[in-house]
Amino acid sequence: MKYVDEYRDGDLARKLSATIAREADPGRQYHIMEFCGGHTHAIFRYGVHDLMPENVHYVHGPGCPVCVLPIGRIDNAVELAEKHGVILCTYGDMMRVPASERRSLIKAKADGADVRMVYSIRDALKIAREAPEREVVFFAIGFETTTPPTAVAIREASAAGLKNFSVFCNHVLTPAAVAHILSSPEVKDHRTVAIDGFLGPSHVSSVIGSKPYEAAARDYQRPVVIAGFEPLDVMQATLMVIRQLNDGRHEVENEYTRVVTREGNVKAQQLVSDVLELRETFEWRGLGEVPNSALRIRKLYAGFDAEQRFGITTSKVRDAKSCECPSILRGAKRPTDCKLFGTVCTPESPIGSCMVSSEGACAAYWSYGRFRGPDAPSKSTQHSAPKEAAE
Amino acid sequence: MCLALPAEVHSIDPARETAVVALGPVKKEISIALVDDLTPGDFVLVHVGFALHKLSPDEAARTLDLIRRAGEDPIEEFAA
Repeated sequence: MKYVDEYRDGDLARKLSATIAREADPGRQYHIMEFCGGHTHAIFRYGVHDLMPENVHYVHGPGCPVCVLPIGRIDNAVELAEKHGVILCTYGDMMRVPASERRSLIKAKADGADVRMVYSIRDALKIAREAPEREVVFFAIGFETTTPPTAVAIREASAAGLKNFSVFCNHVLTPAAVAHILSSPEVKDHRTVAIDGFLGPSHVSSVIGSKPYEAAARDYQRPVVIAGFEPLDVMQATLMVIRQLNDGRHEVENEYTRVVTREGNVKAQQLVSDVLELRETFEWRGLGEVPNSALRIRKLYAGFDAEQRFGITTSKVRDAKSCECPSILRGAKRPTDCKLFGTVCTPESPIGSCMVSSEGACAAYWSYGRFRGPDAPSKSTQHSAPKEAAE
Repeated sequence: MCLALPAEVHSIDPARETAVVALGPVKKEISIALVDDLTPGDFVLVHVGFALHKLSPDEAARTLDLIRRAGEDPIEEFAA
């Protein structure tokens, strides 16, 4: 595949690895948070962490929209499907996320509710057009990548005068989450979680540009390097973060210039702000209430807002006992620190959201790292032993 | 969720704001409501049935070049 295969080249990766080992100062530790689940998976799937020197650590961030959605909102979706009898359309990732009392959308479907997995919100629109006698609700989740498609669909439904289509809007914003993590006491004063720099979101940034991170980089004095999701992108961006730290710089740099500009996709941003507006606050799993971190549907399009149409209220629901998802999402713990990981919590029977989503940190550890032993894949042991054994 | 793939634009229907894109042998109709000025042969980033952004071939080549140069060992180069 063009623009994909060349960024997975093993020879180049080994050379970059040698450069990083040469340039990383052995006298210091580098803790780099990769914000996105897409990065976490690239790091594990391609073994990027094995190509890093012992003092370069990846800290996994909250950039998995499925993982950060609080249980109360999933309960709302189950309720829409079961109590209101709508056709509930959703992206595949949401189907198995545990709701309260071990319910989920897939269980609701098995019990007879009309829950449909779609690839695109355009498919949900098509279903609404073809079934005018049914209410069709799209369970919209995601960061700034999936938000513009939602805005386009609402505008299209409005133009077409569709009366049976609405959106349960759960779109969240990445820069607000980055700032929130950096301002938390456990990170700010390096108290319990060390984060020296960030690999910035890749496809989110194609929409919002690199500019929105500039305030966080400046105010919290941490370098941010926008990175693509391919392994060479991740490694090159890691090198750029290390160089900034070595120089004492904290700027926003862009490794992913083939799709990210400083301004982003202005047309998409405009469409989003025409249709959606900021929520004063929104609950994130792991982060709690984060001000100005999510979007809701504007009054002008209130007829397409499922929250208003069905009178949805969200209750605060506690996460499953002993599930470490909240700490994992903040970078405070690793999946292997959770006693449920790989025992009662597996992708087949998940307890926490981080094990469900294909972008969750627990799913990444399960798929690519669970045979590494108790300490791995933290940096302490895996670098020397398993690698030599493999060779 | 944020995964997106680069695909080549095959044909465009400006009235419906859609395009048919090819990803290897797979062809798919997507919305191009978010991206202006596309022509067949362009590569776009495809995400949940929408083109999110046009790919820049020049920047793609520049990044690869940057990665290649970053992988060079200055001492080895000097010795050679």
